[in-house]
Amino acid sequence: MTIALMTDIHANREAFEACLDHAGEHGADQFVFLGDFVGYGADPEWVLDTLMEHVARGAVALMGNHDEAALGTLSGHLNASAQHCIEWTRPRLSPAHLKFLSERPLSAEDGPCLYVHANGWDPGGYEYVFGSLEAGRSMRVARARITFCGHMHEPMLYHMGLTQRVEIFAPIPGSPIPLSAARRWLVLPGSVGQPRDGNPAACYATFDELTGLLTLWRVPYDHEQAARKVLEAGLPPHLANVLRTGGAP
Amino acid sequence: MTSRPLAPGQRIDGFELLQRVHQGGMACLWRVARPDLPLPAMMKVPAIQDDAAAIVGFEVEQMILPLLGGPHVPRFIAAGGFDAQPYIVMEYIEGPSLRASLDRSPLPVSEIERIGAVVAEALHDLHQQHVIHLDLKPSNILFRPGGQAVLVDYGLARHERLPDLLAEEFRLPLGTAPYISPEQVLHMRDDPRSDLFALGAVLYHLATGQRAFGNPATLMGLRKRLYQVPVPPRAHNPDCPPWLQEIILHCLESAVEQRYASAAQVAFDLTHPQSVALTARAGWTRRLPPAQRLRRWLRSMRFVRAGYGVTQQLLRAPIVLAAVDLSQEWEALAEALRAAARRVLQNEPHARLACVSVLKSNRIGLDTPTDEAGRNRHVQRLVQLQHWARSLALPPHRVTYHVLEAPDPAVAIIDYARTNRVDHIVIGSRGASGLRRYLGSVSTRVVAEAPCSVTVVKVPRAEAADTTGST
Repeated sequence: MTIALMTDIHANREAFEACLDHAGEHGADQFVFLGDFVGYGADPEWVLDTLMEHVARGAVALMGNHDEAALGTLSGHLNASAQHCIEWTRPRLSPAHLKFLSERPLSAEDGPCLYVHANGWDPGGYEYVFGSLEAGRSMRVARARITFCGHMHEPMLYHMGLTQRVEIFAPIPGSPIPLSAARRWLVLPGSVGQPRDGNPAACYATFDELTGLLTLWRVPYDHEQAARKVLEAGLPPHLANVLRTGGAP
Repeated sequence: MTSRPLAPGQRIDGFELLQRVHQGGMACLWRVARPDLPLPAMMKVPAIQDDAAAIVGFEVEQMILPLLGGPHVPRFIAAGGFDAQPYIVMEYIEGPSLRASLDRSPLPVSEIERIGAVVAEALHDLHQQHVIHLDLKPSNILFRPGGQAVLVDYGLARHERLPDLLAEEFRLPLGTAPYISPEQVLHMRDDPRSDLFALGAVLYHLATGQRAFGNPATLMGLRKRLYQVPVPPRAHNPDCPPWLQEIILHCLESAVEQRYASAAQVAFDLTHPQSVALTARAGWTRRLPPAQRLRRWLRSMRFVRAGYGVTQQLLRAPIVLAAVDLSQEWEALAEALRAAARRVLQNEPHARLACVSVLKSNRIGLDTPTDEAGRNRHVQRLVQLQHWARSLALPPHRVTYHVLEAPDPAVAIIDYARTNRVDHIVIGSRGASGLRRYLGSVSTRVVAEAPCSVTVVKVPRAEAADTTGST
């Protein structure tokens, strides 16, 4: 069983499609989406329709802070341009879309894996796993051995052995990593729809439950097209630039 | 984790324990059987289950071994969980290990040459799989019946593309005292040349019957190798030839940048003793004088990090083969070939150039001129080859010359590239005449069959028309 883990799609149809195709070619037969399906990008309807099809076929899809903002239930604040995108997105969503979003859980657990959007200690508070400190906090409270987190847009891998010391590793795209059963792991697959580590290629991960092999992938896609759509939709121009450069917004 | 004692006849995940073959400080080895296994198998079980370093080492091996392949690594079969009885099942290599040969040392030079070359070859293969062994020692070196070396025990190894579970967890240097490299003493675990240091320490022992740096038990004792040059092997064993001492001390240089750049280059020298460029090291017969020792000690105070991973280091240190044809009509091409070789070498400061020329003969066998006329032709070609390479101005340790005698030049070049782990061939082509297209030119066949990259050099057509005559 190969699980494809995709997060922070942010209404980017081109990136999402490219990742789904890639995952299909690499034998993914189960999908877990870690939230933030809307915001920033120009294709929320298509992205949500596609997610709904996957969930109908058994995929897991979680709630993210941008999704909560679209529903109007987010207690915290988004930054100004993210808020602008949410205002633009909301009237485009059908009742079915809104119902789908409102039914998303904050976390899910399956065997050795915990899936959350933000972190394992308080999924609904949307605090970030910025580094080893937060990663350790999350791994220590999790019952599951492996935590998969979205929310952070850069791919990263944290682990913790018997000594409870948290180590960080920048995974090499396409190189499988055996997640040893003797330690705890926290996986940030990185963002599908808005990578921010200087590389515009979309990020996602696959995990083979049987072999314990985790692979983080970088999938090049037509980011020019996605950026053009952002501009045509009248969304903040710097968001188009983020897609082109993989830079910070 | 449980720690019940294991007994013959017991079954773990379908493997039947047959017989305990080894009980070490870190692990216990059992011969095991399972009806469907195509090869003899062995199960490795950690000896202590509450020692963090031992457990992490076991975890490291569980991570790395399944990713390795080829003849120089025991084949991985299965691994079992840490919730019950942790284990790894792998191919059983009969042995004996090289440990048994230490008692016979000093060994004959020809035997050291052979052992060193196959171990270096195994190391190079491992490095090409992105792994540094970091605990190379005689007891971890086994041999297949055909003579190939198999490296075992990946508990301290480092896979460049995986998290290093041992990186910062432990305060003591990780390795085995007689063989550990200076940079490992300083907790640097990312340079493949650490394994070349260990190989040098193994060869030193085989050549002298002594340990190069003793077997220190303290950190202070281990740190001595940051500046110490061992007593020259020839001081222990006058029968050790200068070229072998050169190779051993070159491996044992305390600064990585002064060491051989790759295991393939060590293997190359061990299989071409007559081509080893001798430096002052080769002639030493006793310890360095006190002034030089002091200088080296002071220099070790600012021991610098090398910072190249395995892949990067191998890219920096290719073996380049220039296939040089020196017949008259090739003059223009020889020059173009030299320019191409220069370009390849310019970007790779640790690259070595093997200049190869093939004397066409009806005899089978390389480098073996039998009669006087043959010898003359051979020497003549060698001189021409050296002349061809002169203007490349390479230091002696970066260039070697080889005249091969073979009936088929393409086969000779391809074989040479394969046995010497050549990374890149530069070869000339005279373009396609009707006849050559029909028979297949040497360069075409080299491109098709060589085990590495090939650059084919041509002279621009207009110019070539004058020099290549009627072809």
